[in-house]
Amino acid sequence: MATATKFIGKPLKRKEDPRLIQGIAHYVDDLVLAGMLHAGFVRSPHAHAVVKSIDSTKAQSAPGVVGVFTAEDFRGQIGIVPCAAQLPDLKGAPRPVLATGRVRFVGEAVAVVVASDRYALRDAMDLVEVDYEPLTPVVDPEKAISKNAPVLHEPSADNVSFRWELEGGDVKRAFKQADKVIRQRILNQRLVPMAMEPRGVLAEYKRGEKTLTVWSSTQIPHLLKTQLAAMLGTPEHSVRVITPEVGGGFGSKLNVYPEEAIVAHLAMRLGHPVKWMESRRENFVCTIHGRDQIADVEAAVSKDGTLLGTKWRIIADLGAYYQLLTPLVPTLTGLMLAGSYKVPAIKIEIIGALTNKMATDAYRGAGRPEATYYVERLMDLIAAELKMDPAEIRRKNFPLPKEFPYTTPTGVAYDSANYQRSLDIALKKSGYAKLRKEQAALRKQGRYLGIGVSTYVEICAMGPSSAMPAGGWESATVRVEPTGKVTILTGASPHGQGQETSFAQMGAEVLGLTPDDVNVVHGDTGAVPYGIGTFGSRGTAVGGTAAYMSLVKLRDKLAKIVGHLTGEDPKNFVFGGGSISSKSSANKSISLGEAIGAAYTAKTLPQGMEPGLEATTFFEPTNFTFPFGAHVCVVEIDAETGGVRLLKYVAVDDCGNVLNPLLVEGQVHGGIVQSVGQAMFEEAVYDEHGQLITGELMDYAIPRADAMPWMETHRTVTPSPVNPLGVKGVGEAGTIGATPAIINAVVDALAPFGVRHVDMPVKRERIWKLMRRKAAPKRAPRAAAKAKPKKKSKSAARRRTSRRAR
Amino acid sequence: MIPAAFEYHAPKNLEEAFRLLDRHGDEAKLLAGGHSLLPMMKLRLAAPRFVIDLGRLKGLDYIREEQGHMVIGAMVKHAEIEHSSLLRAKCPLLPEAAAAIGDVQVRNRGTIGGSLAHADPAADYPAAILGLDAVMELQSNSGSRTVSAEDFFVDMLTTQLRPGEILTQIRVPVIGKGSGTAYCKLPQLASGYAVVGVAARVTLANGKLAQVTIGVTGVGPKAYRAENVENALRGKKASDKSVAEAARHAAHGIDALADLHASADYRREMAGVFTRRALALAIARAAGKKA
Repeated sequence: MATATKFIGKPLKRKEDPRLIQGIAHYVDDLVLAGMLHAGFVRSPHAHAVVKSIDSTKAQSAPGVVGVFTAEDFRGQIGIVPCAAQLPDLKGAPRPVLATGRVRFVGEAVAVVVASDRYALRDAMDLVEVDYEPLTPVVDPEKAISKNAPVLHEPSADNVSFRWELEGGDVKRAFKQADKVIRQRILNQRLVPMAMEPRGVLAEYKRGEKTLTVWSSTQIPHLLKTQLAAMLGTPEHSVRVITPEVGGGFGSKLNVYPEEAIVAHLAMRLGHPVKWMESRRENFVCTIHGRDQIADVEAAVSKDGTLLGTKWRIIADLGAYYQLLTPLVPTLTGLMLAGSYKVPAIKIEIIGALTNKMATDAYRGAGRPEATYYVERLMDLIAAELKMDPAEIRRKNFPLPKEFPYTTPTGVAYDSANYQRSLDIALKKSGYAKLRKEQAALRKQGRYLGIGVSTYVEICAMGPSSAMPAGGWESATVRVEPTGKVTILTGASPHGQGQETSFAQMGAEVLGLTPDDVNVVHGDTGAVPYGIGTFGSRGTAVGGTAAYMSLVKLRDKLAKIVGHLTGEDPKNFVFGGGSISSKSSANKSISLGEAIGAAYTAKTLPQGMEPGLEATTFFEPTNFTFPFGAHVCVVEIDAETGGVRLLKYVAVDDCGNVLNPLLVEGQVHGGIVQSVGQAMFEEAVYDEHGQLITGELMDYAIPRADAMPWMETHRTVTPSPVNPLGVKGVGEAGTIGATPAIINAVVDALAPFGVRHVDMPVKRERIWKLMRRKAAPKRAPRAAAKAKPKKKSKSAARRRTSRRAR
Repeated sequence: MIPAAFEYHAPKNLEEAFRLLDRHGDEAKLLAGGHSLLPMMKLRLAAPRFVIDLGRLKGLDYIREEQGHMVIGAMVKHAEIEHSSLLRAKCPLLPEAAAAIGDVQVRNRGTIGGSLAHADPAADYPAAILGLDAVMELQSNSGSRTVSAEDFFVDMLTTQLRPGEILTQIRVPVIGKGSGTAYCKLPQLASGYAVVGVAARVTLANGKLAQVTIGVTGVGPKAYRAENVENALRGKKASDKSVAEAARHAAHGIDALADLHASADYRREMAGVFTRRALALAIARAAGKKA
């Protein structure tokens, strides 16, 4: 990449925004086709039950009803919901598109009603009579994997989906040598991804042309197309998937859902377009959830704070069935458990537990926020135990910049980083030393300030293919149109990330145009080359690189054409201002239009050169990228209510080179807010009957603008060596770095009360109780805070959560 | 999110509304701002056969001063109360409570009469109405009657309103010099409803609390007057210590609610904390301190 740029790296406003802000963009629900029918799903109110019978006679004869369908009607016609995860010994948990004889979570569909309008549909859905025989639900993942628990999927003997083990270094020796061993159980609660737009599908089948077009609010149009073809037994070349505007995904739309296949099947079967729109209540119970792990962590350390080894036993609650990546997500947690530290020995055991709940799957960060949260909590626990400053213990264990690429004992190779520098900047910008003094002074007044530090590394730019279930590459076709406008067709599928803008900046930069001259097309399998999709912070690092390489191919081709026309060396041209200029001689320059004309009229091309101006690249990265950073969070706790108020947030992130700093900041801000959600507000609470009791926004709290302090963001730039743009990816950094910074701050504030750990979300009453457990000492400087490990019975904390009733 | 079928009526005046209510009895529901009824209908938790929309009816959307009182029509929207310069000058507790309700969209549609008649135990207005010792006017075909705020709330979602009656007006005192009011609230983080909401009104005379009224919402099955606290403070010096001591008993004898968001113990404790905060603020305001 050139160092002096005109558009790359500039804070251009998003090209997407005018249509979104004006409400003139089109989402699935805005699409209306002639003769369109509406589908609605009858869902189980039970977490675990036998479906004894379904009587749809009344519904069938209700006004406006076209048909009522159950699993029986789809037998042999729609395949099971696909899961791309491959793990040794993965037990089967196949999900039929409609329940066959048994339901395994609240919200599982048992029947689908099709009617001429939404009103008739809604009334008819109440008329479908389903006779259930309730079975004992399996809700607690620890109980689920214990003996005698009812088994969800026979013929399996138990509810253990998989055991995944990974070990590197001499763990036994590390724990033998340790001066101290620190242990803690840490929960990572279940979350609802909560995209602003719920899911929605519209399908149309043209009988004459034999083409099936599916509009779906998805992050993966191409993978969906392939899977639909397989599930429906339809030739893939007659299936087209289009993603209109997608109102957020966060991983929840990185999936293939039963509704997508059923709606497509019904459109073919009934000969009418069929639409289904998910309600918010459905979104709560039948769109994937995120996180939900129980981690028992152990660290062996020497007196001076050097990490010697760590041991991990993690139980991941997978829910009742596998969605696309369900069993894979916890293994990503496993990959990142070294954090940004040199740990010579690591031992990991991850157990997937099947329970009567909605499946968990990739949710913003997908496994990595969990890992970072555990590691960063652990570092603070060690600091408290050794009476060291949390910043100091981190600094002590960082690999040095010269040690990169750095390989962890479990074999993960971090590409490039300077962890010390991020931490130094974060401490300086937040005024860390001064904050500590302020904290000590306020404690004397009975006010409780907390300062939390987190230094993270994450794994991004999902590729390479060797590590991905369905390919880790991305594609892009770039076409310079005869009029000089440029179209970039990307296989990535942006849905809020802003790549219509950042890719246009790239196009303008490479070809010497303006971003308005470049249009980015995505999310239509009929228009763009096969691609993988947008998730895992890969859109720019992998998809953007493919686009960049195609742009460079066209620039080179244009240079060759102009070289041929003028006799100048093609290497000697500069693109800019609508012309291709020779560095040496002004009369060897021609307008870009003339060069494009030459490519299309094809009368004066160099011998052997193909006409036209179109280039396609399938880019395969050599490794993941590893963005990193340091966050500092300051909170104050209201000692009377237990309420936590965020006072200050400083984030220093390194996502490599940056195409558009406004987009990067937006991603960081959004990620931090979502972290605030997990740390302070959100929790999908299932009761002992398997009912989701936080199943609506009146009970499931999400962060709002008034919960946020001013966020100060800084960047360091360590280019990634694994792609020519040097970008790393930034879509998930905020959710990865921020959650532990917030909780570390809360625990730090509570140090005078002898608190060493608090589980998320830090609800007021939970904090209020902790503060009453022990009266605050008059003077409690940090170093004097007692941090006595309090051993809880294994599932005490868990039970506290699940026992709460409405 | 589609309600069951219903018949919609939009009476143009109260007489017409009374006739419809009398004709359809139990099967009819009054629709004011719709922020409680419509969500219940959309979720099919409520399925009235007849909906009588008071939104087209003229003459219930006034705010005016009458003989030392402020009178407010039942169809006045939260946002109108929040932004009323007349109320801000004459009875600032109501705008303060209105501003604490939901969000902008809710405040632009919801009405004071609708909220009070619905009697949600966690709504904000009931505390303010009790703290102000308001008088409600209930009208029906056979005439009108007035009920004190204290008598109005009977139980959870239950009021003094009889079949055929409509809450038409709320009458609150003008807060004069030497008096002060405050509404302090601990919101439920998801819904914004009050886990605890306390409205306090005090009148100071020679540094003593000549008058104290306190309304508490969110804690029990219905909003209530914290009479223990009022009695303990009436005639006493308005000191931090006396207020803190008295406020601790704000939930005395109340069968506190418990749910996902707060246990009964926590609600009781918070009733004390927020009663103290509301009283302290009201006293400061009565003493002319800006807060």
